[in-house]
Amino acid sequence: MNPTERFIPDRLTTPMQRLLKSWETLLLLVAVGIFTMNSFASPYFLDAWNLSDATFNFTEKAMIAFAMALLIISGEIDLSVASIIALTSTAMGAAVQYGAGTTDIVLIGLLVGLLCGAFNAVLVTIMGLPSIVVTIGTMSLFRGISYIVLGDQAYRGYPADFAFFGQGYVWWVFSFEIVLFVIFAIIYGVVLHKTNFGRAIYAIGNNATAAQFSGIRVQRVKFILFLLTGLMAGIAAICLTSRLGSTRPSIAVGWELEVVTMVVLGGVNILGGSGSIPGVVIAAFVMGLVTFGLGLLNVPGIVMSIFIGLLLIGVIALPRLLTMIAARRA
Amino acid sequence: MSVMKKILSTVAIATTFMAGAAQADDVRIALVVKALGIGFFEAAAKGAEEAANELGGVEIIYTGPTSTTAEGQIEVINALIAQRVDAIAISANDTDALVPALKKAMDRGITVISWDSGVAPEGRSLHLNPSSNALIGNMIIKLAADHLPDGGDVAVLSATTTSTNQNIWIEEMNKVMGNYSGINVVGTVYGDDLADKSYREANGLMQTYPDLKAIIAPTSVGIVAAAQAVADAGKIGEINVTGLGLPSEMAGAIDSGASKSFAIWNPIDLGYSAAMLAYNLSQGNATAEPGAEIPMGRMGNLTLDDNNEGAMADPFVYDASNIEQFKSIF
Repeated sequence: MNPTERFIPDRLTTPMQRLLKSWETLLLLVAVGIFTMNSFASPYFLDAWNLSDATFNFTEKAMIAFAMALLIISGEIDLSVASIIALTSTAMGAAVQYGAGTTDIVLIGLLVGLLCGAFNAVLVTIMGLPSIVVTIGTMSLFRGISYIVLGDQAYRGYPADFAFFGQGYVWWVFSFEIVLFVIFAIIYGVVLHKTNFGRAIYAIGNNATAAQFSGIRVQRVKFILFLLTGLMAGIAAICLTSRLGSTRPSIAVGWELEVVTMVVLGGVNILGGSGSIPGVVIAAFVMGLVTFGLGLLNVPGIVMSIFIGLLLIGVIALPRLLTMIAARRA
Repeated sequence: MSVMKKILSTVAIATTFMAGAAQADDVRIALVVKALGIGFFEAAAKGAEEAANELGGVEIIYTGPTSTTAEGQIEVINALIAQRVDAIAISANDTDALVPALKKAMDRGITVISWDSGVAPEGRSLHLNPSSNALIGNMIIKLAADHLPDGGDVAVLSATTTSTNQNIWIEEMNKVMGNYSGINVVGTVYGDDLADKSYREANGLMQTYPDLKAIIAPTSVGIVAAAQAVADAGKIGEINVTGLGLPSEMAGAIDSGASKSFAIWNPIDLGYSAAMLAYNLSQGNATAEPGAEIPMGRMGNLTLDDNNEGAMADPFVYDASNIEQFKSIF
């Protein structure tokens, strides 16, 4: 090892690490289990096009969840992501009214997402305010602007080729969104697990003060993470707007909690310091498969919510439960 | 393995739902509502079931998201497309955002109609309105005239001066005034759809016009406030309050006699008609085109205008004879 590099462990207790690993495998088993049972329960489940349609239930949320996972691991949170989608979509819709083409719309979408992220970043990292408070505020602020601009109206008239992002297919049943999802999964996986930047995120989440004294520029890393979250919300906004073909201020209402649910279900510690991108990817599939599979059986939505809730509680409680059992045996 | 247990039990629940489903060769009509758990839509589902029983060989899939979002309805629509249902009858949460998803449904051979709350014309084959402006305008004056065989002074308590719906209905009412001889509309006041202002305006009417025999309030807020004002002034029996209201809110006024009758759409009839229309279109018994007359069982025929929209019937009249049944519905 290069002596100038420092090794910072994820956690001080190694048994916990092992537990988390076995639990990630368990989540994968859950996904496989749901897939198998759905195949038996509904004759329509194992159909390439149907499964392709089902991926739209989670791809946009999952893209945000990757950035959100990094943010939560670093000990911060962004609850304004759904409102960033609303504001970004409104900006894109407004641009269309002034004759913007597809390229302009996409650029505006990315830019507005970044700006929203930067706004959160400044308030949290430079002003030193708690992120949960800041982003609850910007959650109302960003969507509020959309409501002022649009009221009960809607923006329509997106160019025909703009529909590709949310409705287009790259090859056979593989939509543009699912391809984007895979690409981002790889990028975020590499960044978090294979780079110094990723190590820094874990270090900050475990002990920000210690990380600071170890020479990590804590505030700068957090600033970048807020920017990334804003950017991903902007990208999700482009996909969702393209899929809906219109913008209303109520677009993506309640998504912030679904994104956080996905992240936590993926095994990211809500208090920061641990978690993985593969976990989030599996969680995205679990949530997508559950909603689509139960939807095929026409199970009322409220039962699906109950199921997701139980799954979440189960997954959070499981590591602790196992530790308790292990402690009792010892 | 508590997570696995939960999944197993949920699948058990799901399978029970499956067991309840009818044979696959039935005509399957999906009644998609804005959100589950709303009395109005539960009543519509009852009406759809009635239509299914009358037709025979029809399965109604009553479904919808848990909250009134377009994204939630799209997930439901995707699941219905995957099941290859024969028809979708939807009360939409968003006029435009559902269009791409519903277009896809129509591309795959599914009959799509909207009812109650419409979808843009390119996303459905027809839209079923519960009533029409002309029918409502006629109904509100008829309700007043029915209880005034010798004629008399009536006044209108509307919402705001800029309320589009109310203004159109009052205009339509004025067009048919000639059919109700002896009925004299002495004035129109505006309660702004605020309970306290409507109450004051109703009191003002009673003082200004001592011979007032009826107050017509074509707004659910105004009608309740006016009935309260009449009761408080001790003029029950002298002045009849009528117009458009909700049975749950008007049950007290009907009981006290402040209102002899009022009108609003009947959700049971609406669900019944939607199911009948969806059935007839999906079975090729009728084609949705301007001017077409499409049968809807006991509700008669639906005549389509240039936008492929049609009005079901006169608003349904609620009085002492049926208020008990409907006040718990909506």
